Amino acid sequence: MELGASGMFVPAQTVGTVLCCICGVTMAPNPTNMCVRCLRSRVDITEGLPRHGAVVHCPECRSYLHPPRTWVRADLESKELLVFCLRRLKPLTRHVRLVHAEFVWTEPHSKRLRLKLRVQRETVHGAILEQSHLVELTVHDQLCPACSRAQANPDQWSAAVQLRQHVAHRRTFFFLEQLILRHGAAIRALRISEADRGLDFFFGSRSHAVKFVEFISGVVPVRSRSDKQLVSHDPKSNIYNYKHTFSVEICPICREDLVCLPPKVAQALGNLGPLVICTKISDSVALLDPFTLRSAFLDASQYWRAPFKALLSSRQLVEYIVLDIEVESSEVTVGGSRYSLAYAQVARLSDFGKNDNIFTVRTHLGQLLNPGDYALGYDLYGANSGDLEIDLPDVVLIKKSYEEKRRNRSGKARPWKLKSLNMDVDNTSKGRADEEKRNIEYEEFLRDLEENPELRFNISLYRNKDYQPSEMASTAGGDDVPSMPLEDLLADLELSDGEEENDDAGSMME
Amino acid sequence: MATRLQFENSCEVGVFSKLTNAYCLVAIGGSENFYSAYEAELADVIPVVKTSIGGTRIIGRLCAGNKNGLLLPHTTTDQELQHLRNSLPDRVVVQRIEEKLSALGNCIACNDHVALTHPDLDRETEQLIADVLGVEVFRQTIAGNILVGSYCAFSNRGGLVHPHTSIEDQDELSTLLQVPLVAGTVNRGSEVIAAGMTVNDWTAFCGSDTTATELSVVESVFKLREAQPSTIVDEMRKSLIDSYV
Repeated sequence: MELGASGMFVPAQTVGTVLCCICGVTMAPNPTNMCVRCLRSRVDITEGLPRHGAVVHCPECRSYLHPPRTWVRADLESKELLVFCLRRLKPLTRHVRLVHAEFVWTEPHSKRLRLKLRVQRETVHGAILEQSHLVELTVHDQLCPACSRAQANPDQWSAAVQLRQHVAHRRTFFFLEQLILRHGAAIRALRISEADRGLDFFFGSRSHAVKFVEFISGVVPVRSRSDKQLVSHDPKSNIYNYKHTFSVEICPICREDLVCLPPKVAQALGNLGPLVICTKISDSVALLDPFTLRSAFLDASQYWRAPFKALLSSRQLVEYIVLDIEVESSEVTVGGSRYSLAYAQVARLSDFGKNDNIFTVRTHLGQLLNPGDYALGYDLYGANSGDLEIDLPDVVLIKKSYEEKRRNRSGKARPWKLKSLNMDVDNTSKGRADEEKRNIEYEEFLRDLEENPELRFNISLYRNKDYQPSEMASTAGGDDVPSMPLEDLLADLELSDGEEENDDAGSMME
Repeated sequence: MATRLQFENSCEVGVFSKLTNAYCLVAIGGSENFYSAYEAELADVIPVVKTSIGGTRIIGRLCAGNKNGLLLPHTTTDQELQHLRNSLPDRVVVQRIEEKLSALGNCIACNDHVALTHPDLDRETEQLIADVLGVEVFRQTIAGNILVGSYCAFSNRGGLVHPHTSIEDQDELSTLLQVPLVAGTVNRGSEVIAAGMTVNDWTAFCGSDTTATELSVVESVFKLREAQPSTIVDEMRKSLIDSYV
């Protein structure tokens, strides 16, 4: 008598033994009343199951074909491969229940996969028999379509995007490079190469190229056109293979450019003074009249309807020293930046001390400049106004300059650095002069980044591990040279394949 | 001695025949082979009667009896009843009973002294069994099955029960029946013992699928090897010379 779970007395039930009806050995009774060996010798549950199979394997990308078209990436004797093999042996499960499956080790180059399966099946009288079953799969090697295409022509591109900007500097492309890196817009590009006034991106499919063009048109004002060229043609199935080309032209107006608006455009924008400064380029052009503090935005389509070129660009900026400043109006916020009209007395730095050339100008940098500051601006002193019936100012001040203070810190490494795209640089006809020019432009771009937090908005900056903050930095604490807040810096991602080294190797500076 | 035979290609001989110590009932088959097998074994000793019950041939499962009497279900026709009364010896009381459970062979398992019955049998039927068959009646189950008449077969010398019967149950039954019991199978692992074989004190008939192992179990538990019909039927004569010969 035993106590059951609820406290009841349950009489003990010992199972007796019977003789196997075939061989007479004593055993515990089961539904068939035959011992296991007799049952196994009479009943083979793996009778109709497949013992051989074939699998197609691509040696290049190490994937296996799941007919008709899917290729599944799997390593030898891995879990994915086991799942794949069981899926191929699916008809098996119609008759028996699979309890356990595992690989039996085979030599990697034997081209055989051995699977040991344990299956269960119901036999006569409802007894469930379990048996192990060996399946041998033969591996056939065959290149998958993607690899065969890659092998046949490794540089095969089917869509190209030609990005061009017809200006003499490459600032836009430095900036775009960082944007593209941050958003990963060019991860699908097979190749990137540098051209005279721009970049070429090559893609494997038209949709990738279209996506890239959409991304670019969202960050800079562009106009684009696309063309296609027939490469091959299958008349029977009516399949046409094309090479698509997208020609994307970026608007030549850049930040801090001085623009003289054509009369039609000026009128369309509400008689905005023909001399305007471009303050910001995003997918539209932001223009600011420095003498009236009026601003306007030009959409990409608006701009390209009546395109105009810049009068002077930031290469032609001249340094001035501010002698006196008289704020005229109150502070106005235009497009996120604060401006106020002021009268300033400035002198060219080259003239300062040598002669007495002083200019009195109106400027929009009223609350930024103080006497004794340095500013950069465009020198229009000796310019002819041509057929424009306006009074040209002597100087148009653009921004404050930190050049002097920079000179104190020159040669120091920055605490941050940028990554670069790896592109094929066309090294044929460029000389040393070009390279120096390029380096100077890059340095200016980095300075720009330091000065403008809004430029940094969409760019990823990485901590420079080689930077040691020296004692000079602490004494220069009161220095008002704008610098990067170190919290913004991203700790650089350490990848095992030495992306750091690749980075330096592929940098545009070399 | 145990014999292996078939009734019209079916191995369930216990369905188509009923064997006791005083008589044997056999179903009417298409050929005479079944009847001849019984005749060959039993002709000199006990009457072998060909019959049907209620027009059916499954007589083994419909009637229950021993050397004292025979119980028939209410489906038996008057002619069959009369035929049986005429054919069987006068000692044997043939009685038709009104019982809801009409497959008496499945509900009652008996030898000459004890009977095991279906737990849901009527009180009157139980009385009748005790009177007609002259036995002590116990309501029992075998390995959790209520059809005791199907899952066990016993004679005055031994018994064979369902293979899943636990040791404790076997002890209990053995105590009730006062005979040695063994759990086993007939007809190559079939658990329905009484349908697959029929047995009396000196002979047994099994289906032809019965394996040698099963047959040896049957012969050993029912003690058929040294059994002679004459010693049983005419009351045992204590004669050492006879047993030598």
